[in-house]
Amino acid sequence: MTTVYEKSKMLTDAPMSYCPGCTHGIIHKLVAESISELGVEGRTVGVAPVGCSVMAYNFFACDMVQAPHGRAPAVATGLARALPEGVIFTYQGDGDLAAIGTAETVHAASRGENIVIIFVNNAIYGMTGGQMAPTTLPGQVTQTSPYGRDVKTAGYPIRICEMLATLDGTAYAERVSVNSVPNIRKAKKAIKKAFENQIAGRGFSIVEVLSTCPTNWGLTPVEALKWLEENMTPYYPLGVYKDITAEEGK
Amino acid sequence: MAERILMKGNEAIAEAAIRAGCRHFFGYPITPQTEVSAYLAKRMPKVGGCFLQAESEVAAINMVLGAAAAGVRVMTSSSSPGISLKSEGISYIIGSDLPCVILNIQRGGPGLGGIQPSQADYNQATKAPGHGDAHVMVFAPSTVQEMVTCIFDMFDLSEQYRVPAMLLGDGLLGQMMEPVEFPDVKVTPAEKPWAANGHQNKREHNVVNSLYLQPDQLEAKNIERFERYAQIQANETRAEAFETEDCDVLVVAYGASSRIARSAVMNARAQGLKVGLLRPITLWPFPKKELLKASKTAKDILVVEMSMGQMVDDVKLALECKKPVHFFGHTGGIIPTPAEVLEQLKTIAGGAAK
Repeated sequence: MTTVYEKSKMLTDAPMSYCPGCTHGIIHKLVAESISELGVEGRTVGVAPVGCSVMAYNFFACDMVQAPHGRAPAVATGLARALPEGVIFTYQGDGDLAAIGTAETVHAASRGENIVIIFVNNAIYGMTGGQMAPTTLPGQVTQTSPYGRDVKTAGYPIRICEMLATLDGTAYAERVSVNSVPNIRKAKKAIKKAFENQIAGRGFSIVEVLSTCPTNWGLTPVEALKWLEENMTPYYPLGVYKDITAEEGK
Repeated sequence: MAERILMKGNEAIAEAAIRAGCRHFFGYPITPQTEVSAYLAKRMPKVGGCFLQAESEVAAINMVLGAAAAGVRVMTSSSSPGISLKSEGISYIIGSDLPCVILNIQRGGPGLGGIQPSQADYNQATKAPGHGDAHVMVFAPSTVQEMVTCIFDMFDLSEQYRVPAMLLGDGLLGQMMEPVEFPDVKVTPAEKPWAANGHQNKREHNVVNSLYLQPDQLEAKNIERFERYAQIQANETRAEAFETEDCDVLVVAYGASSRIARSAVMNARAQGLKVGLLRPITLWPFPKKELLKASKTAKDILVVEMSMGQMVDDVKLALECKKPVHFFGHTGGIIPTPAEVLEQLKTIAGGAAK
């Protein structure tokens, strides 16, 4: 019998705790496959955030550390400085990375820390039940923006890749989406490239992945994928915002 | 014979950390501990170590968490307001059973307070270094030399018990210069089979974590940790007794205020008063049995602190309020004088003699 597909060995057998239709599972798979294909599982240490993916340490089969809310880039910095041969990544949501952890994110990038950040942007706080996130769209209804996000009082969403691309320490920043098969393939390429950057010692790489939250958006999984494409992609355009390897190639 | 050199307290701590095998330091500038960072910024690159000035105290303590999780000896340094910022990370480090060394070179508070020496963080250090059922080992040296020996022990004990160790100093000890000798010892860090340093495809994956969603598991974890705390309380209390054998009045003081109290005790003895000093070196665990022994003959106890009175509660608890416990202190950066303490001793001894 020929094996045509098997689950990445970088994923454990623990059942994932994500809601049905949530795209975290796809992103976990892409991260796991990238690390496996590069053959660096044995020297990889991941950092789990606080949020829906807090228990990512149960799902990835590499060594894992669970960080305080927003502090994953600082924890990753400590790991990276202590393990020069290590492959260090964080896996963070939008509340964790772009609200409470903004300082840690910006400064890890500005130092050019040799780490990978997988930034899952679903425009809402999932685990706590659907509150307004720093990336919640203008007008978007959440538990804490029940009349829709009013930018006059709640401010505007933050475009992280655009912001980090302005920093000299950032080696690579790309925004991808996992709402369709072609986009998932592109996302895989970006995530793998981020890990290749780190193995080559190029410094700070971030891949922002637009993701769905059917539960807290109040949509079916299929409607959620459509909502992402129609609402999030226009505000958060997909693409490469910085790539020092491309600049070197010029 | 090791060389005797004149060094500032903060610099001696930093050098001791390097000699104790610490190659990772993460800090953020704050008075009056700045010399620790300045010294390590110079020295770490020379010994192949990592000095990193973080964007905040919050980030610095989380870098400590990451490096400790990777299994290396790591230290951070701050002063009172900065320790408050670090308390989140300290709680996670405790909850993750990670070893590390934390310096608090205290200044006056609360709030931004002042920058002069203080001992007003005693309760924070010994009772609530972070949220949850949590303790760190707290060491309170009183000389530059003792700071050095404490640092070596703190790295070892922290690894042995997987509990962070805090050095509770103050601006006075940090800034003063004294002759110091560095012990010529071979450092042997503990094995860390739990470290998240890459499994090299040779073992199951390690997880460093403080999250236990099942209440029974979380309780069991806390109980297991408190069993280690009990061992620390049984085995690691330290204190120095001075002229306590026949004392009528026992002074209890630690760190900088113990130096002042010691002068007052010597002056009082010269005037014929039977007074002694117990100087706790560990504040958590509090040296209860040492206090009970030193206070055997004492009719009165005088606690001297550079605070509004914090350790005084632990002294009362240890003595179960069976003897009168008096308090004298200054706070906000004012240092008590030996003459003031002597006056207190005379008043109390006068009463005790009646």
